[in-house]
Amino acid sequence: MIQYVAIILFVLGLYGLLVNRNVIKMVISLNIMEIGLNLFIISIGFVYDGIAPIITSSAGTGALIYVDPLPQALVLTAIVIGVGTTALALAIAKSIHVKHNTFDLNEVEETV
Amino acid sequence: MKNLLALFGSLLLALGIILALSNNTLFPSFGEADLSDRVSDEYLTQDEIDALGSANIVTSIVVGYRGFDTLGEVTVLFISSLGVALLLGSSAKQKRLELNFKPNFMLRVGSRALFGFILLTGIYIILHGHLTPGGGFPGGTMIASSILLLYLADDQFRAKIKSFKILEGVSGSLYVIVGLLGLLLATYFMQNFLPVGTVGDLLSAGVIPIIYILIGLKVGSEISGIIDNFLTEEEAK
Repeated sequence: MIQYVAIILFVLGLYGLLVNRNVIKMVISLNIMEIGLNLFIISIGFVYDGIAPIITSSAGTGALIYVDPLPQALVLTAIVIGVGTTALALAIAKSIHVKHNTFDLNEVEETV
Repeated sequence: MKNLLALFGSLLLALGIILALSNNTLFPSFGEADLSDRVSDEYLTQDEIDALGSANIVTSIVVGYRGFDTLGEVTVLFISSLGVALLLGSSAKQKRLELNFKPNFMLRVGSRALFGFILLTGIYIILHGHLTPGGGFPGGTMIASSILLLYLADDQFRAKIKSFKILEGVSGSLYVIVGLLGLLLATYFMQNFLPVGTVGDLLSAGVIPIIYILIGLKVGSEISGIIDNFLTEEEAK
Protein backbone atom coordinates (compact mmCIF):
# COMPACT_ATOMS: atom_id res chain seq x y z
CA MET A 1 0.00 0.00 0.00
CA ILE A 2 2.91 2.33 0.72
CA GLN A 3 3.81 2.08 -2.94
CA TYR A 4 0.52 3.69 -3.90
CA VAL A 5 1.11 6.51 -1.39
CA ALA A 6 4.47 7.13 -3.10
CA ILE A 7 2.77 7.20 -6.52
CA ILE A 8 0.17 9.68 -5.22
CA LEU A 9 3.00 11.86 -3.85
CA PHE A 10 4.68 11.76 -7.28
CA VAL A 11 1.46 12.75 -9.08
CA LEU A 12 0.85 15.51 -6.49
CA GLY A 13 4.25 16.95 -7.35
CA LEU A 14 3.48 16.71 -11.07
CA TYR A 15 0.18 18.56 -10.54
CA GLY A 16 1.98 21.27 -8.57
CA LEU A 17 4.54 21.60 -11.36
CA LEU A 18 1.77 22.00 -13.97
CA VAL A 19 -0.37 24.47 -12.01
CA ASN A 20 2.11 26.76 -10.26
CA ARG A 21 3.72 29.73 -11.97
CA ASN A 22 5.91 30.70 -9.04
CA VAL A 23 9.48 29.50 -9.51
CA ILE A 24 10.06 28.60 -5.84
CA LYS A 25 6.81 26.61 -5.71
CA MET A 26 7.86 24.78 -8.88
CA VAL A 27 11.15 23.81 -7.26
CA ILE A 28 9.26 22.53 -4.20
CA SER A 29 6.93 20.51 -6.48
CA LEU A 30 9.96 19.02 -8.21
CA ASN A 31 11.30 17.97 -4.80
CA ILE A 32 7.96 16.38 -3.83
CA MET A 33 8.04 14.38 -7.07
CA GLU A 34 11.56 13.28 -6.26
CA ILE A 35 10.64 12.18 -2.73
CA GLY A 36 7.71 10.20 -4.13
CA LEU A 37 9.94 8.40 -6.61
CA ASN A 38 12.59 7.69 -3.97
CA LEU A 39 9.98 6.23 -1.60
CA PHE A 40 8.65 4.09 -4.45
CA ILE A 41 12.08 2.69 -5.32
CA ILE A 42 12.86 1.98 -1.64
CA SER A 43 9.50 0.23 -1.16
CA ILE A 44 10.25 -2.15 -4.05
CA GLY A 45 13.12 -3.62 -2.05
CA PHE A 46 11.26 -4.11 1.22
CA VAL A 47 10.78 -7.64 2.56
CA TYR A 48 8.62 -8.44 5.60
CA ASP A 49 10.77 -9.25 8.70
CA GLY A 50 13.83 -8.13 6.76
CA ILE A 51 16.54 -6.13 8.52
CA ALA A 52 18.88 -3.44 7.21
CA PRO A 53 21.59 -5.01 4.99
CA ILE A 54 24.45 -4.53 7.47
CA ILE A 55 26.43 -7.47 8.85
CA THR A 56 26.41 -6.97 12.61
CA SER A 57 27.91 -10.18 14.03
CA SER A 58 29.88 -13.19 12.86
CA ALA A 59 26.76 -15.39 12.99
CA GLY A 60 26.68 -15.57 9.20
CA THR A 61 24.01 -14.48 6.78
CA GLY A 62 22.06 -17.70 6.36
CA ALA A 63 19.55 -17.30 9.19
CA LEU A 64 18.73 -13.63 8.69
CA ILE A 65 16.52 -12.01 6.07
CA TYR A 66 17.82 -8.76 4.64
CA VAL A 67 15.92 -6.18 2.65
CA ASP A 68 17.10 -5.57 -0.91
CA PRO A 69 20.19 -3.30 -0.72
CA LEU A 70 20.28 -2.37 -4.42
CA PRO A 71 17.30 0.08 -4.43
CA GLN A 72 18.76 1.75 -1.35
CA ALA A 73 22.09 2.27 -3.11
CA LEU A 74 20.30 3.70 -6.16
CA VAL A 75 18.24 6.07 -4.01
CA LEU A 76 21.44 7.25 -2.29
CA THR A 77 22.61 8.25 -5.77
CA ALA A 78 19.27 9.87 -6.64
CA ILE A 79 19.16 11.97 -3.45
CA VAL A 80 22.57 13.52 -4.15
CA ILE A 81 21.64 14.31 -7.74
CA GLY A 82 18.38 15.81 -6.44
CA VAL A 83 20.39 18.13 -4.20
CA GLY A 84 22.45 19.21 -7.21
CA THR A 85 19.43 19.92 -9.42
CA THR A 86 17.65 21.77 -6.60
CA ALA A 87 20.69 23.97 -6.01
CA LEU A 88 20.93 24.77 -9.73
CA ALA A 89 17.18 25.51 -9.95
CA LEU A 90 17.36 27.81 -6.92
CA ALA A 91 20.34 29.61 -8.45
CA ILE A 92 18.29 30.22 -11.61
CA ALA A 93 15.38 31.41 -9.44
CA LYS A 94 17.69 33.83 -7.63
CA SER A 95 18.99 35.29 -10.89
CA ILE A 96 15.38 35.65 -12.15
CA HIS A 97 14.57 37.57 -8.97
CA VAL A 98 17.61 39.80 -9.38
CA LYS A 99 16.68 40.63 -12.97
CA HIS A 100 12.89 40.97 -12.77
CA ASN A 101 12.33 41.54 -9.04
CA THR A 102 9.67 38.79 -8.90
CA PHE A 103 9.42 35.00 -8.68
CA ASP A 104 6.18 34.80 -10.67
CA LEU A 105 6.61 33.73 -14.29
CA ASN A 106 3.40 35.57 -15.36
CA GLU A 107 4.81 38.85 -14.08
CA VAL A 108 8.13 38.08 -15.74
CA GLU A 109 6.33 37.69 -19.08
CA GLU A 110 4.56 41.02 -18.58
CA THR A 111 7.78 42.90 -17.97
CA VAL A 112 9.60 41.39 -20.96
CA MET B 1 -9.70 25.54 -16.94
CA LYS B 2 -6.01 24.87 -17.29
CA ASN B 3 -5.80 23.82 -13.65
CA LEU B 4 -8.75 21.45 -14.09
CA LEU B 5 -7.06 19.88 -17.10
CA ALA B 6 -3.84 19.45 -15.10
CA LEU B 7 -5.76 17.85 -12.22
CA PHE B 8 -7.56 15.51 -14.62
CA GLY B 9 -4.31 14.53 -16.35
CA SER B 10 -2.50 13.90 -13.07
CA LEU B 11 -5.36 11.76 -11.72
CA LEU B 12 -5.44 9.80 -14.98
CA LEU B 13 -1.69 9.18 -14.72
CA ALA B 14 -1.98 8.03 -11.08
CA LEU B 15 -4.87 5.71 -11.96
CA GLY B 16 -2.92 4.32 -14.91
CA ILE B 17 0.19 3.58 -12.86
CA ILE B 18 -1.78 2.00 -10.00
CA LEU B 19 -3.87 -0.16 -12.38
CA ALA B 20 -0.74 -1.25 -14.24
CA LEU B 21 1.05 -2.26 -11.05
CA SER B 22 -1.76 -3.97 -9.13
CA ASN B 23 -2.32 -7.65 -9.93
CA ASN B 24 0.84 -7.68 -12.03
CA THR B 25 2.81 -10.91 -11.70
CA LEU B 26 6.07 -9.15 -12.60
CA PHE B 27 5.60 -6.58 -9.82
CA PRO B 28 5.43 -8.17 -6.32
CA SER B 29 3.13 -6.49 -3.80
CA PHE B 30 4.63 -4.54 -0.90
CA GLY B 31 6.91 -6.57 1.35
CA GLU B 32 6.68 -9.80 -0.64
CA ALA B 33 9.69 -9.34 -2.88
CA ASP B 34 11.69 -12.50 -3.48
CA LEU B 35 15.38 -11.72 -3.25
CA SER B 36 16.44 -15.06 -4.69
CA ASP B 37 15.51 -13.98 -8.22
CA ARG B 38 17.14 -10.57 -7.97
CA VAL B 39 20.71 -9.40 -8.50
CA SER B 40 20.98 -8.42 -4.84
CA ASP B 41 20.97 -12.05 -3.78
CA GLU B 42 24.52 -12.31 -5.10
CA TYR B 43 25.67 -9.39 -2.96
CA LEU B 44 24.35 -11.01 0.24
CA THR B 45 26.21 -14.33 -0.04
CA GLN B 46 29.01 -14.98 2.46
CA ASP B 47 31.64 -15.33 -0.29
CA GLU B 48 30.93 -11.89 -1.72
CA ILE B 49 30.91 -10.27 1.73
CA ASP B 50 34.28 -11.83 2.56
CA ALA B 51 35.67 -10.81 -0.83
CA LEU B 52 34.80 -7.13 -0.37
CA GLY B 53 35.05 -6.97 3.41
CA SER B 54 32.49 -4.21 3.92
CA ALA B 55 29.92 -4.84 6.67
CA ASN B 56 27.47 -2.36 5.13
CA ILE B 57 26.18 -3.96 1.92
CA VAL B 58 24.78 -0.67 0.60
CA THR B 59 28.29 0.81 0.84
CA SER B 60 29.82 -2.17 -0.89
CA ILE B 61 27.32 -1.69 -3.75
CA VAL B 62 27.77 2.10 -3.99
CA VAL B 63 31.58 2.15 -3.76
CA GLY B 64 32.62 -1.43 -4.47
CA TYR B 65 30.52 -2.87 -7.28
CA ARG B 66 29.32 0.45 -8.68
CA GLY B 67 32.35 2.66 -7.98
CA PHE B 68 32.50 3.88 -11.56
CA ASP B 69 28.83 4.86 -11.37
CA THR B 70 29.51 6.82 -8.19
CA LEU B 71 32.36 8.65 -9.95
CA GLY B 72 29.82 9.81 -12.53
CA GLU B 73 27.45 10.86 -9.77
CA VAL B 74 30.13 12.93 -8.04
CA THR B 75 30.77 14.53 -11.42
CA VAL B 76 27.08 15.48 -11.69
CA LEU B 77 27.31 17.19 -8.28
CA PHE B 78 30.50 18.95 -9.41
CA ILE B 79 28.82 20.22 -12.59
CA SER B 80 25.82 21.50 -10.65
CA SER B 81 28.07 23.37 -8.20
CA LEU B 82 29.93 24.77 -11.23
CA GLY B 83 26.60 25.91 -12.68
CA VAL B 84 25.60 27.60 -9.42
CA ALA B 85 28.97 29.36 -9.30
CA LEU B 86 28.55 30.52 -12.91
CA LEU B 87 25.01 31.81 -12.34
CA LEU B 88 25.60 33.56 -9.04
CA GLY B 89 29.25 34.52 -9.49
CA SER B 90 31.92 33.36 -7.09
CA SER B 91 35.01 35.40 -6.47
CA ALA B 92 36.86 36.13 -3.26
CA LYS B 93 35.95 39.82 -3.63
CA GLN B 94 32.24 39.25 -3.04
CA LYS B 95 30.71 40.33 0.24
CA ARG B 96 28.11 38.76 2.51
CA LEU B 97 24.38 39.23 2.01
CA GLU B 98 22.86 41.53 4.60
CA LEU B 99 20.99 39.54 7.22
CA ASN B 100 17.88 41.05 8.73
CA PHE B 101 19.15 40.77 12.29
CA LYS B 102 22.26 41.52 14.26
CA PRO B 103 23.63 38.33 15.85
CA ASN B 104 24.51 38.90 19.49
CA PHE B 105 27.54 37.59 21.37
CA MET B 106 25.84 34.46 22.77
CA LEU B 107 24.65 33.33 19.33
CA ARG B 108 28.09 33.73 17.79
CA VAL B 109 29.94 31.88 20.58
CA GLY B 110 27.28 29.18 20.91
CA SER B 111 27.22 28.43 17.20
CA ARG B 112 31.02 28.16 17.17
CA ALA B 113 30.92 25.69 20.07
CA LEU B 114 28.26 23.63 18.27
CA PHE B 115 30.19 23.79 14.98
CA GLY B 116 32.92 21.47 16.29
CA PHE B 117 30.47 18.80 17.39
CA ILE B 118 28.58 18.80 14.09
CA LEU B 119 31.88 18.65 12.18
CA LEU B 120 33.09 15.74 14.34
CA THR B 121 29.83 13.84 13.81
CA GLY B 122 30.21 14.33 10.07
CA ILE B 123 33.77 13.01 10.12
CA TYR B 124 32.70 10.04 12.27
CA ILE B 125 29.94 9.17 9.82
CA ILE B 126 32.36 9.37 6.88
CA LEU B 127 34.99 7.20 8.60
CA HIS B 128 32.46 4.50 9.55
CA GLY B 129 30.74 4.43 6.15
CA HIS B 130 31.64 0.78 5.59
CA LEU B 131 30.44 -0.35 9.05
CA THR B 132 27.32 1.65 9.94
CA PRO B 133 24.57 3.45 8.02
CA GLY B 134 25.99 6.60 6.51
CA GLY B 135 29.13 7.24 4.54
CA GLY B 136 30.59 9.90 2.33
CA PHE B 137 27.41 11.52 1.06
CA PRO B 138 25.53 12.00 4.38
CA GLY B 139 28.77 12.83 6.23
CA GLY B 140 29.83 15.37 3.62
CA THR B 141 26.41 17.01 3.79
CA MET B 142 26.74 17.15 7.58
CA ILE B 143 30.10 18.94 7.27
CA ALA B 144 28.47 21.41 4.88
CA SER B 145 25.61 21.92 7.37
CA SER B 146 28.13 22.90 10.07
CA ILE B 147 29.49 25.54 7.67
CA LEU B 148 25.91 26.68 7.00
CA LEU B 149 25.39 27.11 10.76
CA LEU B 150 28.38 29.46 10.93
CA TYR B 151 27.11 31.40 7.93
CA LEU B 152 23.64 31.82 9.39
CA ALA B 153 24.72 32.69 12.93
CA ASP B 154 27.30 35.33 12.05
CA ASP B 155 26.70 38.04 9.46
CA GLN B 156 30.41 38.71 9.03
CA PHE B 157 31.60 35.10 8.66
CA ARG B 158 33.12 34.03 5.36
CA ALA B 159 34.74 30.63 4.83
CA LYS B 160 38.03 30.42 2.95
CA ILE B 161 36.35 29.46 -0.28
CA LYS B 162 39.59 29.11 -2.20
CA SER B 163 40.83 26.27 0.02
CA PHE B 164 37.46 24.54 -0.42
CA LYS B 165 37.96 24.68 -4.18
CA ILE B 166 41.47 23.20 -3.81
CA LEU B 167 40.21 20.45 -1.46
CA GLU B 168 37.44 19.61 -3.90
CA GLY B 169 39.80 19.37 -6.85
CA VAL B 170 42.40 17.32 -4.99
CA SER B 171 39.89 14.80 -3.60
CA GLY B 172 38.21 14.43 -6.98
CA SER B 173 41.56 13.77 -8.68
CA LEU B 174 42.61 11.32 -5.95
CA TYR B 175 39.36 9.40 -6.51
CA VAL B 176 40.30 8.89 -10.18
CA ILE B 177 43.90 8.07 -9.21
CA VAL B 178 42.75 5.36 -6.76
CA GLY B 179 40.63 3.91 -9.57
CA LEU B 180 43.58 3.98 -11.98
CA LEU B 181 45.80 2.30 -9.35
CA GLY B 182 43.27 -0.52 -9.33
CA LEU B 183 43.72 -0.76 -13.10
CA LEU B 184 47.53 -0.85 -12.75
CA LEU B 185 47.99 -3.08 -9.68
CA ALA B 186 44.97 -5.35 -10.24
CA THR B 187 43.03 -6.00 -13.43
CA TYR B 188 40.24 -3.42 -13.87
CA PHE B 189 39.33 0.18 -13.03
CA MET B 190 38.34 0.74 -9.37
CA GLN B 191 39.34 -2.76 -8.34
CA ASN B 192 40.43 -3.27 -4.74
CA PHE B 193 44.22 -3.65 -4.47
CA LEU B 194 44.62 -3.44 -0.68
CA PRO B 195 44.23 -6.29 1.84
CA VAL B 196 40.60 -6.74 2.85
CA GLY B 197 40.98 -7.58 6.57
CA THR B 198 38.21 -8.89 8.82
CA VAL B 199 34.63 -7.78 8.23
CA GLY B 200 33.59 -5.23 10.87
CA ASP B 201 37.00 -3.74 11.70
CA LEU B 202 37.60 -0.03 11.18
CA LEU B 203 40.62 -0.80 8.99
CA SER B 204 39.00 -3.23 6.59
CA ALA B 205 37.38 -3.43 3.16
CA GLY B 206 40.48 -2.30 1.23
CA VAL B 207 39.96 0.87 -0.82
CA ILE B 208 36.28 1.36 0.11
CA PRO B 209 36.93 3.58 3.20
CA ILE B 210 39.57 5.57 1.29
CA ILE B 211 37.19 6.27 -1.58
CA TYR B 212 34.37 7.12 0.82
CA ILE B 213 36.59 9.60 2.70
CA LEU B 214 37.48 11.26 -0.61
CA ILE B 215 33.78 11.37 -1.59
CA GLY B 216 32.94 12.89 1.80
CA LEU B 217 35.57 15.62 1.44
CA LYS B 218 34.45 16.36 -2.10
CA VAL B 219 30.73 16.50 -1.28
CA GLY B 220 31.34 18.58 1.85
CA SER B 221 33.49 21.17 0.08
CA GLU B 222 31.17 21.31 -2.94
CA ILE B 223 28.02 21.92 -0.90
CA SER B 224 29.88 24.44 1.29
CA GLY B 225 30.84 26.24 -1.92
CA ILE B 226 27.19 26.26 -3.04
CA ILE B 227 26.16 27.69 0.38
CA ASP B 228 28.81 30.40 0.04
CA ASN B 229 27.58 31.26 -3.46
CA PHE B 230 24.02 31.67 -2.21
CA LEU B 231 24.90 33.80 0.81
CA THR B 232 27.23 36.27 -0.92
CA GLU B 233 26.62 38.92 -3.55
CA GLU B 234 28.69 41.13 -5.76
CA GLU B 235 29.99 44.32 -4.25
CA ALA B 236 27.76 47.24 -5.23
CA LYS B 237 29.72 49.70 -7.32
